[in-house]
Amino acid sequence: MIRQSLNRLSPYMFIAPGAIIMAIALLYPLGYMVYGSFRDWDPSQNISETEFIAFKNYITLFYDPAFRESLSVTLTFAFTVVVAELFIGVGLALLLDRNIRGMSVLRTLFILPMMIAPVVVGLMWRYMYHPTIGTFNRTLKSMGLEGVDWLGQNALLSVVIADIWQWTPFIFILALAALQSLPRSALEASRIDGATNWQQIWHIKLPLMMPVLIVTALLRLIDAFKVLEVILVMTEGGPGLSTEIIALRISRTATEFRELGTAAAMSNYLLILLMLLTCAMFVFTKIQEVRAARAARQYQEEG
Amino acid sequence: MAMPEIRLENLIKRYGTVEVLHGIDLTMQSDEFTVLVGPSGCGKSTTLRMIAGLETVSEGEIFIDDKPISHLDPKERDLAMVFQDYALYPHMDVARNISFALRLQKRPKAEIREKVREVAGIVGLTELLHRKPGELSGGQRQRVAMARALAKDSSIFLFDEPLSNLDAKLRGQMRAELALMSQRVKKNMIYVTHDQVEAMTLADRIVVMHLGRIQQEGTPEELFKNPDNKFVAGFLGSPPMNFLDAELVEEDGQLFACGDAFKIKLPESRKSLVASNKNQITLGIRPSDLNYDHEARDENAFDLKVIVSEYIGAQSVLLCTCGNINVTVELKSETPIALGETLRFAVRPEGLHLFDRTTEKAL
Repeated sequence: MIRQSLNRLSPYMFIAPGAIIMAIALLYPLGYMVYGSFRDWDPSQNISETEFIAFKNYITLFYDPAFRESLSVTLTFAFTVVVAELFIGVGLALLLDRNIRGMSVLRTLFILPMMIAPVVVGLMWRYMYHPTIGTFNRTLKSMGLEGVDWLGQNALLSVVIADIWQWTPFIFILALAALQSLPRSALEASRIDGATNWQQIWHIKLPLMMPVLIVTALLRLIDAFKVLEVILVMTEGGPGLSTEIIALRISRTATEFRELGTAAAMSNYLLILLMLLTCAMFVFTKIQEVRAARAARQYQEEG
Repeated sequence: MAMPEIRLENLIKRYGTVEVLHGIDLTMQSDEFTVLVGPSGCGKSTTLRMIAGLETVSEGEIFIDDKPISHLDPKERDLAMVFQDYALYPHMDVARNISFALRLQKRPKAEIREKVREVAGIVGLTELLHRKPGELSGGQRQRVAMARALAKDSSIFLFDEPLSNLDAKLRGQMRAELALMSQRVKKNMIYVTHDQVEAMTLADRIVVMHLGRIQQEGTPEELFKNPDNKFVAGFLGSPPMNFLDAELVEEDGQLFACGDAFKIKLPESRKSLVASNKNQITLGIRPSDLNYDHEARDENAFDLKVIVSEYIGAQSVLLCTCGNINVTVELKSETPIALGETLRFAVRPEGLHLFDRTTEKAL
């Protein structure tokens, strides 16, 4: 009897160490943040001394124009970069999906931006965007053109460009992998069926790559919502609130405004947003699995 | 309407410095079912893919009705192709797979619908038009591939080992259906296979290839009865032909082929061989040409010791030894024989094939 129940428990005992670490490292801080978000909390206070204010932080934030502005900047930023990166990344992949000599070197070069630390990327672009001594404006001026106010009037566009530069390779690499795993003979069949290169891309390649592209896009979207360092280094959210994405606002609310409760509530808003995206991704993969399983079942029934 | 004649002239294919096709010259008549057959790596698929335009031509030219086409894109060559792995479009249902070429040509919707219905009827897919390829069995996928090629209405039909991914039973069934279809749909068909049974049953004309060269071409019967060389003789026919090394000897005005444990009389007509000084030969005899006959005369018979008997129904295949050479024979299963027994098998003069031992050419 005892032996049996011990046997039954053994799997849980094996899971226990991992579960405990998860609880300490993930659930505890998360719970702490959720708990904190319901309190009026100053960093000088111990959390037990703070006042419980229920949903006041959330409600205040909901009506706070600065937070709304920040949310809209984040959404604009995330969707713009992901759409642009998808277009450029997939376009490059379609262009370079062929046997060129030195392709492996080229591919490594392409993914270099992804490997640079975000802070370095931020510093690099801030230098290049500098109004007088920056690479871009100097080049423009040497060509007799007017310099552009990169990190002033066009700050959001400038950070978008930097992000595209850094993260397009990610989509490029995954799109290229998807392309190279497409069935060769189906592509040959389409050539015999009379498809031009464009028709091949439109009718065969893109539809077959779609599952990979959707997952890639969602991954990038989740990442783009959390971007912080590059923008922090480049613009510190300015000018005004024009590039103050949510992650940056959270960090400033906590450190500068010393409102830990509000910052926690903001984090939770972001968390909910990301959870929705993750769920969307989960549902998408689930639908695909079900579809594949149904196809396999049908196939088996007919032998 | 006569379908075009396809002519290959000195077709050469190189990959880098490696030459895999050494100059193929071949004419495929209109309305003819041509089968390219040979072992793996003989260049048959490469030849087909060059005709299709999926491989570039390194040297030589392909003519369709005297028009050179090797510089044309596949889509400009007016051909349809069935691939070994079917090459269906996984994201389109059966109807859309079949109609893809027509939709690219922007044909009217009603015409496309009609065409899909027609070819689906021919291959028996009418019930499955809205399935995706992933929801079909191997045989059904094969039919979709066939229907897709038929829908194009092109004058040339290419098959690249279309049956080799199917199981044995289905393969036999599809082979029969293909034969039926090729009678109904008069097109210039080129079919690649490594299976000599497919080649023999389907072809109007067989082209046997080996090591990047054409070994022989002709009707199945011509090739079976009069193989040009030892390779063709050994490749066509199942079980394969027996080969025995022998020496030509003339005794008392009679010509004999002498081996380790046999001495077979050759017909008068072969006497010229002695004069041409080709005494070292290989004797080829098909298993079906050896007849169990214990009363046969010495000069027409082999004495074979039975080692293994493979029962395959009405016939049995016996593995025997003649001296220290293995010989297979076919025998009616009811013949009472025992393993280890030595039996006498007679051979008719027509059943004797002679090959030069060094050049392997037929003599």
